[in-house]
Amino acid sequence: MADVHIRNVSKSFGEQVAVSGLDLHIADGEFVVLLGPTGAGKTTTLRLIAGLERPDAGTIHIGGHNATALSPAERDTAFVFQQYSLYPHLSVYDNLAFPLRSPARKMPEDQIRRRVEDVARMVRIHHKLSNRSTKLSGGEMQRVAIGRALVRKPAIYLMDEPLSSLDAKLRGDLRLELKRIQAELGATMLYVTHDQIEAMTMADRIGILADGVLVQIGTPRTIYSEPANLHVAARLGQPAINLLPAGLLPDGGAPAGTQTIGARTEHLSIAKAANGHADGIVDWVEHLGDQNHLHVTVGAKKLVTLTDPDTPLAKGDKVTIRYRAPLYFGADGQRLM
Amino acid sequence: MSLTTAHSVVAPSANAKLIAGTIIVAYALISIVPLLWIFATSFKTPPDSIAYPPKVVFQPSIEGYCNLFTTRTRQTPEYINSLGPATGFCDETVRKRNMVIAGPSNFLPRFVNSLIIAFGSTFCAVFLGTLSAYGFSRFKVPLADDLLFFILSTRMMPPIAVAIPIYLMYRELGLSDTALGMILLYTAVNVSLAVWLLKGFIDEIPREYEEAAMIDGYTRLQAFWRTVLPQATTGIAATAIFCLIFAWNEYAFAALLTSGTAQTAPPFIPTIIGEGGQDWPAVAAGTTIFLVPILVFTILLRKQLLRGITFGAVRK
Repeated sequence: MADVHIRNVSKSFGEQVAVSGLDLHIADGEFVVLLGPTGAGKTTTLRLIAGLERPDAGTIHIGGHNATALSPAERDTAFVFQQYSLYPHLSVYDNLAFPLRSPARKMPEDQIRRRVEDVARMVRIHHKLSNRSTKLSGGEMQRVAIGRALVRKPAIYLMDEPLSSLDAKLRGDLRLELKRIQAELGATMLYVTHDQIEAMTMADRIGILADGVLVQIGTPRTIYSEPANLHVAARLGQPAINLLPAGLLPDGGAPAGTQTIGARTEHLSIAKAANGHADGIVDWVEHLGDQNHLHVTVGAKKLVTLTDPDTPLAKGDKVTIRYRAPLYFGADGQRLM
Repeated sequence: MSLTTAHSVVAPSANAKLIAGTIIVAYALISIVPLLWIFATSFKTPPDSIAYPPKVVFQPSIEGYCNLFTTRTRQTPEYINSLGPATGFCDETVRKRNMVIAGPSNFLPRFVNSLIIAFGSTFCAVFLGTLSAYGFSRFKVPLADDLLFFILSTRMMPPIAVAIPIYLMYRELGLSDTALGMILLYTAVNVSLAVWLLKGFIDEIPREYEEAAMIDGYTRLQAFWRTVLPQATTGIAATAIFCLIFAWNEYAFAALLTSGTAQTAPPFIPTIIGEGGQDWPAVAAGTTIFLVPILVFTILLRKQLLRGITFGAVRK
C-alpha cells in the first residue's frame, strides 16, 4: 500500500474538459470516495491514476514516485470496472489468478493457488471457483471482479462504481463487505460513485466532483454538515436539502448577503398552527414504513422533510415552520459562515 | 379476448412457417441439383455422360476418376494385346478404349497448389486483418475512416481491370506463376474483407478487458493475446471461411497469372476437356474432388459461418 498524490492534473478530450486542475492527496490506508454526477470526471480521475489516460498537465505520484509517464503495468494499481470486467472465456479461478499470472510477475502456480483461495474466501465465492464466469449471478460476478483486484497487493485500489449495476439489497451487502475488507487489509482505496449512501457509509473522506473540479473534500460529517456551496449541499441528504429563498420564512439569524437558505429535516421545526397564523400547508404525507416524508407547500415553494411514522399531521393541515440553525448561502452559491 | 386464443405477434404462424419451409426446400433443391448432377456425371462412362436423353439411372464407373488422375495415349489393338495383363481397374478400363496409361496427370499437383495458395493466403489475410482491425478498433488512427475506405476500395475493381499491371509487375519481380505470388495477391484482395469483418467483431469486445489486463501487469500485446483473441475466435473463424472460399474459387487471376508450376485447380479443370475428346466424367470428377475441402471446412465451422453471414443484422 502507498499514498497517492495528484497535483494540478487536467485532462480534456477534444473540447470536453473532463478534469481540471485536480489536487488530491490520498493517504496510505485511506478510503476516499469521489462523489459526483455522470460526467463530473470521476472515472477519468481513476483512469488517470491507473495510467489508462495521460494527463494534459500536472503530475501523479504513487508511493512517492512520479508515475505520470509510466505505463499501466508499471504503476501497480488495481482497477475494478463498473461492468464487463470478467473474462468470459475463463473460469472463476482463472479470472482470479489472471493478475498473478502476468508474465511480469512470474509467481509460482502453488503460490497463486493459495492466494486465489484466500481471496475467494474473502469475497465469499470459493464454492464457485470452477464455474465459468458467465454462469454467475450479477452479485457473484461483481464479487469476483473485486476479488480479482484483491489478489494483488497494489499501491492503490481504484473502484469505478463497482456496485452500481447491482440491485439494492446486494449493493447494501457488498458495501458492508467492501468496507470490512478494506479495513482488514488497511488498503488505500479510491472509490467512485454517484450514490451518496455508499459515499457516506464507506468513506474516510468524500471528495465532491462537479464539472471536472474538486469542489470540496472532507470527512462525511464535514461534507454533510458544512457543505462549501449549494452544489455540495444538494449532493447529500435524503430527502434532498430544501433550498428556500431568504425571507420566505422568518430567518432572524441570517448573515448579511444571504440569498438562499438550505434546510434539512434537522434544520426545521414544524408544528400544527395553533392560532390563525400559518407558514404553510401540508401537501402530502408519504408513508415509507419506518418514517414518513412530509411534503409542505410554503408560498410558491415546496418543502420535503422527514417526520415520525406516527405524525399527527395530515394532508391539508396548516403548519408553522421555524428554522433551527440552517445553512446560509450567498448570491454566488457559497455557504456563509 | 381471452388469453388462450391470443397469439404471439412475434412468433410466425403455422401457415407462414409452412410457406417459408416450402420456399427454402424448393430453393435448396434447385441449388443442389447441379451439384448432384456433377457428382453423378463423375461416376458415368464418357458415352453415358453425353447420352440423349440424359441417363438418370446408369451403371457407375470410376473411369472419370481414372482419366482425371492419368494421361493416356492411343495405341493400336495389336500393341495393347502384346502387353501383359492389366495392372488394375484403371488400366483395364483404359485399354478397352484402345489407350494405355502414359503417366500421372497434373491434377494432383494443381490441387495441392490450390490447397497451399488458398490456406496460405487465408492465414496471411486473417493474421494481418486481425492486427490491423485491432489497431483501427482501439487506437486513434489519423484519417481512420479514409484509410478504411481505401482498404475497401481495393475490392471494388474487377480482377480483369488490374490483371495486366499486376502481370507486368509480377513478371519484373519474378513472381508470375509462383505460389508465393498467388498467396500475396489473394492476401492483398482478402485483407480488406478481413479488416472490415474483424473490426466489427473486435469493436464488440469491450476494451475494459484489455485495460484490466494492462493494469494487472500485462503489456498491450500480451493483453491482446490473452483477452481479445480468445473472444474474437468466432469472428476470426467466420472471416477465415470467407477468405478461404474466395481464394479457393478464384479463377480470373489464377487463369491469367499462372500457367504451369503454380497453376491452381480452377484454371486446370477446364483444360481436361481438351484432352482426347470432351471427357465430361473426368471434369466432373475433378469438380467433385475440388468441392470436398471447402465442404469439410464449412461444415466444421458452420456455426461461425452463420454468425458471419448474419453479422451486422442484429447490432445493438
